[in-house]
Amino acid sequence: MGTEKSQAAGAPATKRQFRIWRGDETGGDLKEYLVEVKEGEVVLDIIHRLQSTEAPDLACRWNCKAGKCGSCSVEINGKPKLACMTRMSTFTADETISVTPLRTFPIVRDLVTDVSFNYEKARETPAFAPPPGVTPGDYRMQQVDVERSQEFRKCIECFLCQTVCHVIRDHEENKPAFAGPRYFIRAAELDMHPLDARDDRKEYAQAEQGLGYCNITKCCTEVCPEHIKITDNGIIPMKERVVDRKYDPLVWLGNKIFRRGQVPQTSVTSEHSPGAVRTPAAGPPGFHSHAGASHDPEAEAQAQAGVNWHREVPKPTAPTLDETGKLPLTELTFDRPAAPSPFGEDVSFPLPPEHLNYAHPEQDKH
Amino acid sequence: MTSTATRPGGPGARPRAAIAARTLRTDRWWVQPVGIAAILLFFIVYSTIRVFMAKWYYVEDYHYLTPLYSPCLTDSCVPGSSHFGTPFGEFPFFLPLGIVAFPIVAGFRVTCYYYRKAGYRSLWASPPACAVTEPHQKYTGETRFPLFVMNWHRYFFYLAFVVLLINIYDAFLAFRGPDGAFGVGLGTLIILVNIVALAGYTLSCHACRHVMGGRLKHFSRNPVRYRFWTLVSKLNVRHGTFAMVSLFTVLFTDFYIMAVSAGWFTDLRFIN
Ligand code: SF4
Ligand code: SF4
Ligand code: FES
Repeated sequence: MGTEKSQAAGAPATKRQFRIWRGDETGGDLKEYLVEVKEGEVVLDIIHRLQSTEAPDLACRWNCKAGKCGSCSVEINGKPKLACMTRMSTFTADETISVTPLRTFPIVRDLVTDVSFNYEKARETPAFAPPPGVTPGDYRMQQVDVERSQEFRKCIECFLCQTVCHVIRDHEENKPAFAGPRYFIRAAELDMHPLDARDDRKEYAQAEQGLGYCNITKCCTEVCPEHIKITDNGIIPMKERVVDRKYDPLVWLGNKIFRRGQVPQTSVTSEHSPGAVRTPAAGPPGFHSHAGASHDPEAEAQAQAGVNWHREVPKPTAPTLDETGKLPLTELTFDRPAAPSPFGEDVSFPLPPEHLNYAHPEQDKH
Repeated sequence: MTSTATRPGGPGARPRAAIAARTLRTDRWWVQPVGIAAILLFFIVYSTIRVFMAKWYYVEDYHYLTPLYSPCLTDSCVPGSSHFGTPFGEFPFFLPLGIVAFPIVAGFRVTCYYYRKAGYRSLWASPPACAVTEPHQKYTGETRFPLFVMNWHRYFFYLAFVVLLINIYDAFLAFRGPDGAFGVGLGTLIILVNIVALAGYTLSCHACRHVMGGRLKHFSRNPVRYRFWTLVSKLNVRHGTFAMVSLFTVLFTDFYIMAVSAGWFTDLRFIN
């Protein structure tokens, strides 16, 4: 075998220059590292090598190493990417590679950020509304009807689109009013769902999610590792659906003549609301659930019928920190098995109904 | 604490990673916005000059009418160029002759989803490129005046579709020789290519995709509209390409007709 040195094994490991952000909420800096790189490796491998050699306390998040869990999102050479899917062979040998945490979210430590903003926005988005008169198990759908929604189901919740979006990346103050591309495609997914019973998701997207803040500059689509056409197939169709309800002359005329499309107007649409319909609740951004925004009778009536976006729901608890105020570095030093839950430790599933801002319209019948 | 280029928001905001650089991107991210800005600005300047020039827009012999002046609806238009009559009588000198269609096609392009991306990125730097901090302190997007006007794209689409039909009619008229019989010249072909590009651009529009079938919840109940939607969706993937190509074909068609009309060179004739 001596003469048959295989290419992979035979290629010598080289040293490459890295700049990795180290620090926490009190500050930090890019630190230089010279690390060995072998053929076929990805950036996450190099982070792991650093952890096992000169920087054992380097914090990073990862899970599947297959581009399917969405944990390892970082910014590599300034671009939001999955560390496990970024091959070292895409860089030239003399290139210094910078690895930094997601810029849009509060820093926890090193490459780890607190992405709970996204979980809050997820909670605020009304869930699938079951069609009246069809019991679960009797749902029937045709493939052509679910195709569009299926594209959005590919999302791995890596939040790369959320971090790249300039609306919140460059403007922290927009966070309360703006849900971000990941939740626009969630709204689109449900609005295009053949069995979803809600018909005011467009109004919701405009009034509560801040769809109008998006100026379709398409960075979300550029970074999506699942290649979801976020803008072309999600955001723009949603914007057009809003136009249907608000601005289209022909649709308006058709509705007048044929008396169709008489949508019950919900509280969120009773005025032209450019996104920020509520004053941001007190407290730091990141804890801005719709808590305490409204208790008007209309909203309450709506809650009886199903969803109430304004119902006061308990704020999500932050993950458990150790005595130094940090996330425990490894499971070994943590006082319980497995990683801390992003929902906090005091949450049990299924969630009690009063902790939800939606309800099954026929829940009382069971 | 190190200063951060990502603005950390108000007093309550929890700190982000302290990174001073505006971006850590190492590629030449500014090339694209600068290039697009140059193209857009050139087109804006060129079309403004041409629209107010009020001459060299029609070649009598071959019925070439530049798209920038079509339809020409006033008595001030040179004889023969008003295919649709002159309902507006005489125009004062400062009113462009193409006043009916030009605002429509300009509005269609300004509010177009592709040009919005191109314009916001390259002319307004909001953001100049992905993951590059934008220079503006405040941002409200398309939520309020004037930018929520962008939502009127669909009006412009309906109108631009009518203008497209007029342009197609103009192209038919351009198959003509000096004696009034059938004829084909290089100009005819240029006009034809322009029509194809314009049709591709108009039909691949996102608003078109939506009205064709995108607004439906159940494709299975509307098979015909689903077919249309599928067709437009295929074109729609190339919308940006059509947008840029048609920009150049309009420009080139107009330039060619201007040159022939002004006598800078003569049209190359193939038939008659
Ligand atoms: S297209 Fe809209 S949602 Fe996507 S990154 Fe740009 S502004 Fe954000
Ligand atoms: S839409 Fe794409 S970029 Fe955004 S969270 Fe999902 S997979 Fe990630
Ligand atoms: S480790 Fe799961 S996506 Fe990268």
